[in-house]
Amino acid sequence: MDFNDTAEEAEFRAEAQAFLSQHLNAKTPGALRSGGREDFLARAKAWQKTKAEGGFAQITWPKEMGGRGGTVMQQVIWGQEEAKFDAPTGPFAIGLGMCVPTVIAFGSDEHKKRYVQKALMGEEVWCQLFSEPAAGSDVAGLKTKAVKDGDEWVINGQKVWTSGAHYSDFGILLVRTDPNVPKHKGLTMFIVDMKQQGVDVRPIHQASGGSEFNEVYFTDVRIPDSDRLGEPGMGWKVALVTLMNERLAVGGSPGPDWKEIMDYARSAGTLSDQAFRAKLADWYVAAQGYKLTKFRTQTALSRGETPGPENAIGKIINANHLQDICNSAIEMQDHFGLIVDKDEAPSDAIFQESFMWAPGLRIAGGTDEILKNIIAERVLGLPQDVRVDKDKTFAEMN
Amino acid sequence: MNFDFSDDQKFLRDEARKFLEAQCTSAHVREVLDDDSKSHNEGVWKQIIEMGWLGAAIPEEYGGLGLGMLELCVIAEELGRVLAPVPFGSSAYFFAEALKLAGSEDQKQALLPKVADGSLVGCIAISEGPGEIKAGNIATRLKDGSITGKKIPVTDGDIASHAIVLVKDGSGESLVIVDLNESGVSREPIKTLEPTRSHATISFDGAKAELLGEAGNGMALLDQINDRAAVLIAFEQLGGASRCLEMANAYAKERVAFGRAIGGNQAIKHKLADMYVKNEVARSNAYYGAWALSSNAAELPEAAAAARVAASEAFWFASKENIQTHGGMGFTWEVDCHLFYRRAKLLSVQAGSPAVWKEKLVSALEAKND
Ligand SMILES: Cc1cc2nc3c(=O)[nH]c(=O)nc-3n(C[C@H](O)[C@H](O)[C@H](O)COP(=O)(O)OP(=O)(O)OC[C@H]3O[C@@H](n4cnc5c(N)ncnc54)[C@H](O)[C@@H]3O)c2cc1C
Repeated sequence: MDFNDTAEEAEFRAEAQAFLSQHLNAKTPGALRSGGREDFLARAKAWQKTKAEGGFAQITWPKEMGGRGGTVMQQVIWGQEEAKFDAPTGPFAIGLGMCVPTVIAFGSDEHKKRYVQKALMGEEVWCQLFSEPAAGSDVAGLKTKAVKDGDEWVINGQKVWTSGAHYSDFGILLVRTDPNVPKHKGLTMFIVDMKQQGVDVRPIHQASGGSEFNEVYFTDVRIPDSDRLGEPGMGWKVALVTLMNERLAVGGSPGPDWKEIMDYARSAGTLSDQAFRAKLADWYVAAQGYKLTKFRTQTALSRGETPGPENAIGKIINANHLQDICNSAIEMQDHFGLIVDKDEAPSDAIFQESFMWAPGLRIAGGTDEILKNIIAERVLGLPQDVRVDKDKTFAEMN
Repeated sequence: MNFDFSDDQKFLRDEARKFLEAQCTSAHVREVLDDDSKSHNEGVWKQIIEMGWLGAAIPEEYGGLGLGMLELCVIAEELGRVLAPVPFGSSAYFFAEALKLAGSEDQKQALLPKVADGSLVGCIAISEGPGEIKAGNIATRLKDGSITGKKIPVTDGDIASHAIVLVKDGSGESLVIVDLNESGVSREPIKTLEPTRSHATISFDGAKAELLGEAGNGMALLDQINDRAAVLIAFEQLGGASRCLEMANAYAKERVAFGRAIGGNQAIKHKLADMYVKNEVARSNAYYGAWALSSNAAELPEAAAAARVAASEAFWFASKENIQTHGGMGFTWEVDCHLFYRRAKLLSVQAGSPAVWKEKLVSALEAKND
């Protein structure tokens, strides 16, 4: 048992550090969030390009896909080092983490030639169009339909909560192609050009105040059959691959953690409060537990084993604790804690901002409840929830 | 990065598990539970001694197997799974580790081989009353090489032949080694809520004592001993917590209510998922503690505290919700759920309660940050 880099790992880490410090500033609170959204997107694209040219984008992807052909450990090391800098990576997380890997797994050679390199270079951004107003946790219940017309499919319907749709160039789109079979069997996955006619993206005003996600309406949108990913009716299988990659892509701490609230409590003179110290210990233990669980996963991955449900654990822990930590920090500030003005509020109002973001984190990418179901059913082997629609066709149920 | 046990260590785990599942069954544990005159299960204890596990982390030059701390962690987890009713922890985690840490060469040579071959059973005697053990609360006195005072409760205090005792003397607090079979020592078994591990009140009335480490350094030394024991206890807790989840999981699949297995209901599924999350958090923290322990890392105090906080929470939660999952059956004497519930409590307060360890953890984090 050891945490030390092997000689090759140390060499790679040094290389990564050198590259990062040449191109980015070390992390400073609030820096990434300054400037507007356009500015952020431009910076993210520029950084993605720099990273790709330096050979550090998608380290585990094969070289012929523009990756480095590197190891999982190198990807991990890169992630650890990149996190120490102000790296604007957000807009590419869904595309490179989930969508493009799905294209690589199910797309044709032409697809790979057309899309992978551009995504990697930060020239094209992708989004994931799964959720619908009546199909979130139960995404296989979606209604957006595609009807075959010659060599094309005609899409009509509505998606919702699509992160980044407003700045995306392409998306992977899950639709119903056959309502006369049980719901999981009638789905098909497509690549969709988000800029084409009939695709209408409408930003949603979030509870947090911002607008990172959108409604997307499809009106007679035509997609060539050649942009299908996987066989017709096999969309659920394709979607599972996307969601599997989601487990690998997301992670990390999405906001202030035990360290930040500890620093704040120290500066505010409340670090000696016994009740607070006990909570701090719990947050530390959970965060550390998650971080170390990832190390265990990485060890398994580097031995060629497949990843388990560790990330379900991570999201349950992180999202809940983020919410609690922000809540505590605000209460510690008493009435003043309500202030969200960055010039007035302590720590650049990061606690207040994350307090409003945390509820979304407990929902996005699978709610706490669904993740616990996953652990219960897939890890512990407990019976599945009652599924009254299991043996009925989608049409019968709707 | 290699954050896992080695193949050899896993082999040891498999062998230990096979052995303990066969030789340390619930019936063996219950022999101790149901018979007030029994302090431990002699058959199980004898076999453990024969396998040399007590000496796993004792260097060969002192009669041990000289394997290492990671191996001892592996064994601890397995002992925790079966609720081994033996004084292993007292002797191996506390007594032997204290000697390895602070014993003089003479003390090590005289005592460690006996710990390893089981002819000596060690324990640690520190508690004197309710609440955290602090320098101010110690009434037991050391004067001219002998001690007077009363320690209660002492885990395994009635089986042990030797104790490490926390005392007050002219220079502050010190740790001393006492041969419990010498004159001036009397012991009384005391009932606790965990009868499968025996406990005693030990009274000292001019009992001969030998300093362990420097005089006046007792509290600091005790901290170091506890850090080491904490990691090992965390593995026992982890073993117990894992078994609780396995038991609850098996029962949830088999027990039918309202026409289906109770495990099909989310209230039960999510309870078990919560157990799983807590157990994984505990496991990862325990591994980190094991690493810190085996590599003598500077991070040991915070790693040990985190391991202990996480493991105490995991075992407590798993043991109480295991009973809940079993319904009325879970509340019967005959079903083993309560044995885990009892052991969870013992292990969470031995060597300091979770509150104490949370405070240690935050203090360590503070110190690191200054
Ligand atoms: C910030 C954010 C970004 C997102 N980005 C994207 C994106 O880019 N692309 C995309 O496709 N989607 C995206 N989503 C959608 C997200 O995946 C869904 O919101 C989520 O899966 C929940 O679905 P829902 O909103 O329909 O809630 P519902 O499914 O209606 O759930 C409502 C409540 O019921 C509970 N519930 C539902 N089913 C069960 C069950 N079987 N057992 C117990 N409880 C249950 C849920 O846990 C929840 O508490 C995003 C969401 C958020 C908040």
